Amino acid sequence: MLDIKNLHAGIDGKEILHGLNLKIGTGEVHAIMGPNGSGKSTLANVLAGRPRYGVTAGNVLYEGKDLLSMPPEERAREGVFLAMQYPVEIPGVNNIYFLKAALNAVRKHRGEEELDAMEFLQLAREKMKLVDLDESFMNRGVNEGFSGGEKKRNEIFQMAVLDPKLAVLDETDSGLDIDALRIVANGVNTLRSEKHSVLVITHYQRLLKYLIPDYVHVLADGRIVKSGGKELAEELEQKGYEWIEQEVAATR
Amino acid sequence: MTAGVLTDIREQAAQRFAQLGWPTMELEEWKYTNLAPLQRVEWRASNGDIRLHKPPEFVAFRGTPTALFINGRFAEILGEVKGVEILPISKATSHPMFERHFARYADYERHAMTALNTANAQDGAFIFVHDGVTVDGIIDLRFIGSDDGVWSHPRNLIVVGRGSQVTVAETYSGKGNYFTNAVTEIVALEGAHVDHLKFERESDEAFHVGTVQIHQERSSTVVARNVSIGGSVVRNETNAALAGEGASLTLDGLFVLAGNQHVDNHTVIDHVKPHCDSLELYKGILDEKSRGIFDGTIIVRPDAQKTNSRQVNRNLLLSESAIIDSKPTLEIHNDDVKCSHGSTIGQIDEEALFYLRARGVSHADARNMLIYAFASEIVDRMRVEPVKDAIRAAMFQRIPKGLPERRGGDR
Repeated sequence: MLDIKNLHAGIDGKEILHGLNLKIGTGEVHAIMGPNGSGKSTLANVLAGRPRYGVTAGNVLYEGKDLLSMPPEERAREGVFLAMQYPVEIPGVNNIYFLKAALNAVRKHRGEEELDAMEFLQLAREKMKLVDLDESFMNRGVNEGFSGGEKKRNEIFQMAVLDPKLAVLDETDSGLDIDALRIVANGVNTLRSEKHSVLVITHYQRLLKYLIPDYVHVLADGRIVKSGGKELAEELEQKGYEWIEQEVAATR
Repeated sequence: MTAGVLTDIREQAAQRFAQLGWPTMELEEWKYTNLAPLQRVEWRASNGDIRLHKPPEFVAFRGTPTALFINGRFAEILGEVKGVEILPISKATSHPMFERHFARYADYERHAMTALNTANAQDGAFIFVHDGVTVDGIIDLRFIGSDDGVWSHPRNLIVVGRGSQVTVAETYSGKGNYFTNAVTEIVALEGAHVDHLKFERESDEAFHVGTVQIHQERSSTVVARNVSIGGSVVRNETNAALAGEGASLTLDGLFVLAGNQHVDNHTVIDHVKPHCDSLELYKGILDEKSRGIFDGTIIVRPDAQKTNSRQVNRNLLLSESAIIDSKPTLEIHNDDVKCSHGSTIGQIDEEALFYLRARGVSHADARNMLIYAFASEIVDRMRVEPVKDAIRAAMFQRIPKGLPERRGGDR
């Protein structure tokens, strides 16, 4: 599904990722954990094509295609979804109008028929239940006046509607209380299948109790320094990141 | 009004224009706009052969009274409403409301272009809404300019009776290198509710100078909207006097410009009496090499205690070559008021653009969504759907298509 090779990337000309390698197979759930400043969000933003983030070396193959050469909308249409760490508020752009336009752009790209207003509303209502969002949110501006938790649930709602092949969650758990965390995890678990892959980027192990990963990677100083199974997350929780940093320093 | 009195007013106005001359950029209120290119043209009035120019696509909204004027002359009125008189103003000169209000508010002594209009007006709409009448839908006034070198001076008077409610839309459009110099006087009598739209979508070569002069009596409510999308050189003046206690005014403005367009919005809100509210919001969207101006003044007179007034101008620049001048001004002559003003200039929010694209929306569509979102605050407040649709469509005709989709992201 996704093959990242020797990725060097950063923001505004400052390199943050120094040769990152990662392979995600179809149907797998991977978690990337790491301390602040290790490059977690840079990775998420480079995968989604955010402006100001630049790639200086390496490449990313997504289903065999060169992901980095695609504009953000094409990545989305090809099935890559980024649940953002800080979803932006866009007053004046109606939430539901925007999402319908997005879904129909994706469907058109896949060669599927566009949904009419009725069909779309039916789908949206069903998916809103999944993340426990009130229907009144549909007719507000995108994220306008939403609380932090509501914004995160809106991200998962959009993900559920767009049905991506690869979902990247950028610190979706940060700032969520335990109920919201369960709701978000439940939303992602519903998407899980042998056809869907998920990359969870997080600082804490908390979310991984509800969203159990197949693989856990530790990111430090712009590289993956350790990989393992779900037990690695627990080990990190107990020992903290310093343990990894010391181990990495010892091998250099 | 006898024919003699009207003739006197016109002669006075003509003399006044001869004294004042065309406005020049030395005048503070004309410092941003140069009318010299207009002065150089030998303008002529239309020969009046309206049949020749009547656009075939003209169709009234269903059930909506509509009046059509071509090159400043009356063409026809379709439909009617109970309790409302709609006449060509040339046929209304003996109406008591004409006698009482005509040329009382739009000041031809001080304003040259109003003097020019008053002296040369051929026709326009006279609307009188009798007391206690509520009009559903809109009264639709269409002004069409055609023929190079022709000028017209549409002159309208709208008098809304006590406790009445009405929505009036004026649309200015046309073809060619013509010049429209329009004046509309609006009188809101006690407790009247008036919703007025001036929709300026003149041809790309046309000149448009227009004044909407509002006079409000006690407890009246006026919403005056100015939407400017067309024309090469345009001057929109909206002036309102809150001349009765407890009157309330909303001034909304939207200008959407591209190419080399020059649109100068000039507003004066005069708080004469106590306990009046005014809320002004002008939004500009400027692309390519266009230039927009917002020059708004709020005057609070010594007697106008408990005035509540807010003035805001927000601008969205879509190109580095576009220019906006924003000059909000408060003149307060008593200290028992609540007034604020401000202006902002911004670009398309790159974070918002990325967010929309990251969900699959194309660059061009995302940009248009954000542009429309900026305008929606003004457009969505309008109540009549066909009017909203017309404005939306005209906006996106004006702004060049969004950039082609960029390949390669920001690599």
